[in-house]
Amino acid sequence: MYMFKYVSKRLGLMLFTFFLIFTMCFVLIKLLPIPTNALPGQDPKIVMKTLEGRGWITNIREGANGVWEYDRVPILQQYGTYIKRIVTKGDFGIVTTYGEYMNMNIWEVFVSHLPPTILINIYSTLIGVPIGLALGILAALKKNKWQDQLINIFIILLISVPSIVLALMIQYVFCFTLGWFPLTMSTSDDYFTWEVFHSMLPAVFALCLGSIAGYARYTRAELSEVLTGEFMLLARTKGLTKKQAIYRHAMRNSMVVIFPSILSEFISVLSGSLIIEKMFGINGVGGLYLNSITFQDYDFFMLLSGFYTLVSLTAGIVIDISYGFIDPRIRMGAK
Amino acid sequence: MDNKFNNIPIEKFQFAKRNDLYHDSKFETKPVSYFQGAFQRFSKNKGAVVGGIVIAILVLFAILAPFFTPFQPAYYDMMYAHVTPKLDLFADSGIDFWDGCKQKDTNYVGFLKDTALAAETGREIIKNGEYTVSEDGSSYSYRYDTYYGVGFGKYKIISAQEFEDIQRYQNETGRQVLYPVVKYADRPTLEKNKYDANIYYKVENPKASIIRPKLNSKGEIVPNYWKYEAGETNNLIPEYNSSRIEGENGIQENGKQYFYAYGRRVDGGIEVRAEYYEYYIYQHNEVKKDGIEKPLFLFGTTQTGKDIFACLAYGARFSFIFATVVAVANFLVGVIWGSISGYFGGKIDLFMERIAEILGAIPTIIVITLLKYHMGASSQALVLFIAFFLTGWIGMAGRTRMQFYRFKNQEYVLAARTLGARDTRIMFKHIFPNGLGTIVTSFALVIPSMIYSETSFTYLGIINLEAGNTTSVGTLIAAGQKSIMANAGYVALFPCAFLVLLMLSFNLFGNGLRDAFNPSLRGTED
Repeated sequence: MYMFKYVSKRLGLMLFTFFLIFTMCFVLIKLLPIPTNALPGQDPKIVMKTLEGRGWITNIREGANGVWEYDRVPILQQYGTYIKRIVTKGDFGIVTTYGEYMNMNIWEVFVSHLPPTILINIYSTLIGVPIGLALGILAALKKNKWQDQLINIFIILLISVPSIVLALMIQYVFCFTLGWFPLTMSTSDDYFTWEVFHSMLPAVFALCLGSIAGYARYTRAELSEVLTGEFMLLARTKGLTKKQAIYRHAMRNSMVVIFPSILSEFISVLSGSLIIEKMFGINGVGGLYLNSITFQDYDFFMLLSGFYTLVSLTAGIVIDISYGFIDPRIRMGAK
Repeated sequence: MDNKFNNIPIEKFQFAKRNDLYHDSKFETKPVSYFQGAFQRFSKNKGAVVGGIVIAILVLFAILAPFFTPFQPAYYDMMYAHVTPKLDLFADSGIDFWDGCKQKDTNYVGFLKDTALAAETGREIIKNGEYTVSEDGSSYSYRYDTYYGVGFGKYKIISAQEFEDIQRYQNETGRQVLYPVVKYADRPTLEKNKYDANIYYKVENPKASIIRPKLNSKGEIVPNYWKYEAGETNNLIPEYNSSRIEGENGIQENGKQYFYAYGRRVDGGIEVRAEYYEYYIYQHNEVKKDGIEKPLFLFGTTQTGKDIFACLAYGARFSFIFATVVAVANFLVGVIWGSISGYFGGKIDLFMERIAEILGAIPTIIVITLLKYHMGASSQALVLFIAFFLTGWIGMAGRTRMQFYRFKNQEYVLAARTLGARDTRIMFKHIFPNGLGTIVTSFALVIPSMIYSETSFTYLGIINLEAGNTTSVGTLIAAGQKSIMANAGYVALFPCAFLVLLMLSFNLFGNGLRDAFNPSLRGTED
């Protein structure tokens, strides 16, 4: 019962935090001047009417010199309209300044950019987690032998070389010099063809190298600590072979710590990596975010900020909660 | 148990004297204080020491290099774009490395053009004049000097005054800046070739897009200079009283004396062919006087002709100063926040934790974007600072809080409190020094992560520091990525190497520091 209570408490707190951040973003955005400039060939009146229709401004009138004047709706009222639209219609607004997607539904544009981001991260997790775990386990079992030292050097190098440099090196060596892969990801919408998959690979490698090193280091540290535990000695004393003891006792115990972090990474894959997306020209959420900043498309910014905040909050909470589910010894929130 | 001493005669017993009593003797070894021990452990860790030295070198580079290079991050020269790294030491020694050259594979026409340019100016555009031809004769490869290879660029229009000044400069120094021009009517017809000052020779087909030098029967290039007879006056040819490549007496042809024209009057000045290498030296030494002696880019230049060495030095300096300032600010706020939160616990702790949690949940990129919208593009360094400060202290506060939780219920704290010590004294005199090791280590590890975040944001272009006279390593890496397509890998090489060295050495250094400040490791490795 306390587990349920704990989870609901954490979820409630998370939603509260999210709501607070989202509101803060909205208020800060609405304090900015409204971009009312009409693009060439666009009727300024239509722009004004659109903004009025969205509920941002009111009382439009044409002032002297053909300049449009308007009054701003109070921010809280705007917020009410905004939330109401989202809740009742799932309407996050339309693109107003981001040239490429002009007048399109923001939510649809956003959803259409999700697949590349998610796919690349899923591929990288699928490759990275097993390799990372295997390396970490090997290093822990062969602690202080040459295998361990080799893996350690590998880990230190991969962790120290920043992902910008790593990605650039991959791009330079494999895409440019050797020409095995295209320089940037294919723009095709068919995500499950060989061509697209092939063009994704350098980005996937760049992403998974970092997580391989991270998992290997983590697993090595956890497992080697568990291996020195007293209960391992007991397991051997009661007659288990080394293999059985490691498999049944050491691994399970070390996974208590490792598994939640895998789970949380699986959630944070949604937000992707801005750097990798920019470097390999991936048409994903990251690029969308960067462009929405450049174009000052505020509704876009709101949606993406909310998305990023939600993903990072969820990833954090999943770690905490999954500890409680995986490890029966941990009673979360219990006194 | 029988008493085995019962047979000892009583006279054998003596009274012990007072000075026979043994007190605890003093240790013969010197006591090792916490920080001495930490230092000893640290010095034993070779990786950490090497890391520390590399960090020191990088910091020295960031501090000193801006004073030694005449270039500024704002400097750019499109003519010298993608010029390769050059160090005089290597360039003079004849080693094919760091000599401002690059491997060039070209066809016969390209080779001929480079040879022609080299023949006119006497520069080693083809290094040592050595080249190899492929078996079918279609491909020539040689080491191409990117500095001299710029040649003349386009025809340049200068004022009459500057024309005079250059002549005076030529007479004083004996350097040849101006070369004879080609008569407008004799030039190739296409716009891009018409103003290409590198074409001083006769060409096979003036109307073609790709110019092919015309060779005479001996296989030599035929100059196409505009020449006039001695004594003849031409309104279009400005007076020229300086060194001439054809010699003081001109050239003799059919018994007549001819001179080459060194300029052509056009609207707004005089059109000249100035060899860019010499013109650059003239410009920077005589006109701008900005301390740049000659075109020599230690790390080469970017696609926009920025000096990579200067950009990297200024960028590194900014990074270090920025990271240190942010880290110190975060450290101060984090330590105070964490101490209060950890020491008092209870409701205060809960409240402060919630605030930190909410602040920490905002992704940094959103903070930066919002700040950027509100503060405009003018103060990007300030935007970065506020954004990193707003969320950066939370980690430090958390770590300090943990340390306080660890120590606050220990007996010695209770003892101090019983003796009447006030809260602030217990916090900063008794608890804080115990947690100092962990806190200092995290301080050392925060600096590279700050630099890395700053690099990422400038790479992504969210933050652009080039408005002020500085730049960032991230901006350089972004430029380097663009240059990869132009086969100029060295643009990315130096900023990447800087970043990797920095991260690697900070990691080693930080790990060494962590172990050093862990007194339980004392003596384990002896």
